[in-house]
Amino acid sequence: MAKIGPRNEMPRQDPQVRGRNFNEVALGYSAEQALAEAQRCLQCKDPTCREGCPVNVRIPEFILALREGDMWRSVEMLKDKNNLPAICGRVCPQETQCEEKCVLGKKFEPVAIGRLERYVSDWEIGQGVRKPALAPSTGKRVAVIGAGPAGLTCAGDLAKLGHQVTLFEALHAPGGVLIYGIPEFRLPKSIVGTEVQYVQSLGVELRLNNVVGKLATVDELFAMGYDAIFLGTGAGLPMFMNIPGENLNGVYSANEFLTRTNLMKAYKFPEYDTPIMIGKQVAVIGAGNVAMDSARCALRLGADRVQVVYRRTKAEAPARAEELANAEEEGIEFHYLTNPISILGTEKGWVKGIRLQKQQLGEPDASGRPRPVPIPGSEYEEEVDMVVMALGTRPNPMVFTDTPSLERSRHGTVVANEENGRTKRARIWSGGDIVTGAATVISAMGAGKRAAADMDAFLKNPDQEWWVEPSAKPAHE
Amino acid sequence: MYRITAREDLAPVTKLFKVHAPEVARKAKAGQFVIVRINEEGERVPLTVADYDRESGEITIVFQEVGKTTKQMGTMKVGDEFASFVGPLGQPTEIENYGTVMVVGGGVGIAPIYPIARSLREAGNKVIAIIGARNQGLLFWEDKMRSVSDELIVCTDDGSYARKALVTEPMKEILSSDHKPNIIWAIGPAIMMKFAALATQPFGVKTIVSLNSIMVDGTGMCGACRVEVGGKTKFVCVDGPEFDGHQVDWGLLLDRQRIYVDQEKRATERFEQHAHGECCGEGK
Ligand SMILES: Cc1cc2nc3c(=O)[nH]c(=O)nc-3n(C[C@H](O)[C@H](O)[C@H](O)COP(=O)(O)OP(=O)(O)OC[C@H]3O[C@@H](n4cnc5c(N)ncnc54)[C@H](O)[C@@H]3O)c2cc1C
Ligand code: FES
Repeated sequence: MAKIGPRNEMPRQDPQVRGRNFNEVALGYSAEQALAEAQRCLQCKDPTCREGCPVNVRIPEFILALREGDMWRSVEMLKDKNNLPAICGRVCPQETQCEEKCVLGKKFEPVAIGRLERYVSDWEIGQGVRKPALAPSTGKRVAVIGAGPAGLTCAGDLAKLGHQVTLFEALHAPGGVLIYGIPEFRLPKSIVGTEVQYVQSLGVELRLNNVVGKLATVDELFAMGYDAIFLGTGAGLPMFMNIPGENLNGVYSANEFLTRTNLMKAYKFPEYDTPIMIGKQVAVIGAGNVAMDSARCALRLGADRVQVVYRRTKAEAPARAEELANAEEEGIEFHYLTNPISILGTEKGWVKGIRLQKQQLGEPDASGRPRPVPIPGSEYEEEVDMVVMALGTRPNPMVFTDTPSLERSRHGTVVANEENGRTKRARIWSGGDIVTGAATVISAMGAGKRAAADMDAFLKNPDQEWWVEPSAKPAHE
Repeated sequence: MYRITAREDLAPVTKLFKVHAPEVARKAKAGQFVIVRINEEGERVPLTVADYDRESGEITIVFQEVGKTTKQMGTMKVGDEFASFVGPLGQPTEIENYGTVMVVGGGVGIAPIYPIARSLREAGNKVIAIIGARNQGLLFWEDKMRSVSDELIVCTDDGSYARKALVTEPMKEILSSDHKPNIIWAIGPAIMMKFAALATQPFGVKTIVSLNSIMVDGTGMCGACRVEVGGKTKFVCVDGPEFDGHQVDWGLLLDRQRIYVDQEKRATERFEQHAHGECCGEGK
């Protein structure tokens, strides 16, 4: 085994330039860089990286095939467990998953698994994606609700297995958070488009502009002849802090700010019709991926100064490490251990400032992270004209209008079995953010995949007892 | 795609479309709204359902040309299609037999008040209706409204037609009379609804208004539409659009409606220049 070299950096747009455009920041490895990085993999007999992956991607195998120049085998290995590798390669928090477990990481830097994943799947997209063989039609009909990563994966897998799938989506474009939330500069929409086309090429019928619960209800879908239903409607309901001034002009939920920018393409206003406020002094509250995306969008739309305000420290910030680093490089300011207590407005109802309070870390709370404790007397004000609340989201209850029998938690999430996605109600499966609360693309995809496998087994043998007594304990929650 | 099957110019700037959207028409109820998008570049705009026909699968919408999108809609013809037509959104009107009810439609608000009046009448209510507009040119559906009410009062702000009055005047008269309604619906521009609610407050009669806040998705996902009602933040698209007018923070609603006035102006000017350029280009 040759000497272990340093991890190969991935070329990126210059921070000065990229801070003012919406083009993709990371540019991807060249063939040479990919090969050099692939050479660093130790090909462990007992690959711990796979354990770190929520869907157990066959990591050493795809890297070995890449190293040997057999790209199609590499694609096959990668896609064996992951339907959306071009997306996951870009947005997974690898540093807390596969790469955290990489043995190399103990002494050196871990293999850049995410970057290799991206390289292999981009190569495949460049070749024109191959359509797999479909199983013969089973004549069974499935309704999948929500076209985010969970729904797209579930729909695709069921279609491959020969079931007739209709995918219902409330918005006018499929992709869920991938299309309305995550910005172009981090995940080009053409890649989401390719994945959606692939799912459609498998025979999935996509019905956009279709709000289930308002148009057809779940009960009506069964009455219309669907044999099974998968609920993957995500966690799209924005949370606010309930502090004074939160309804002033210039306060956005991250969902609204990102939806206007990304889904509605307000960054191309007036070529596109949807307007957006251009804040000059912007405060973004929170430090997750949603906050990073909001801060970096605000910068690209033309802000002079963008401050991220987070009540804990950088160590607890939930965003991907790479995006925190990108944001810092682009000149976003970070105010850790700080929390807003009110938003100040002009007489005409526009934001003019924000009142903040310093925090210190206390005992761990229910999430296991140290609880931020306010420091009395540390209040101060900052002049801002726009505030984006990136505090997290909850499931949108709209889909539940007629399904009271579907058990839900205190947080509004659906109670479903983690292994197979079964809910308490017969013939309804569920997975993704609607079950876990806001989580990750890979976990939503994994849940869609596991549910599809269980639904397939059910559809092929519906007479077996699938839903035992209603009091059966769910594995989750 | 959702095809326009009929168009009627109710007033110089007020247009009516029937749109083929059978699934929406199957479900729509009085008080609900749809979100439409003209094309790929289009914004998502909420419009209240003015009528529905479950058999023909059509939804009627009525809009006033005010900004870029509604002006562009004004150029659409029968056979043209909307890229999106999402609905029925929001909570339907709570139709019951309340006894005597009053319905008030101001300007373009006459359109959404019509199906509410009709449903209330069908539920056995005695319906007193008032419709008003700035001038005669902006008034429409007098006959339709007459057909679903027991009593109809028509007024214009400038007296160019029927009675010269703001709708609040006949409202107060009826409230002081011996056929005082048990509940009121008032729909129109925010400022009219505000004054309607102020007018009825001293009489203690519940007054329901239909709020027209700025929206994006219309499904509770963004919070663009938030308002304060009874001191609590509400999302118009899911909690409303109907609320108790006496509880609404009107100042906040009016402020929030002005967020994009500058951008709207830019977009409208650009659209008008463009439309003008096109028409003159064709002439050559
Ligand atoms: C801004 C942002 C950045 C993120 N960044 C990352 C990241 O870098 N890495 C990562 O791993 N994760 C990230 N996440 C989280 C990740 O995107 C989600 O965990 C994932 O998308 C969840 O997938 P889902 O399929 O469960 O739900 P969603 O992606 O939310 O999809 C649900 C879909 O259902 C639709 N729907 C809802 N209600 C209805 C209804 N009644 N009828 C029909 N359709 C309905 C919605 O419109 C939506 O399209 C981010 C999230 C956000 C918001
Ligand atoms: S319009 Fe987005 S939440 Fe109401």
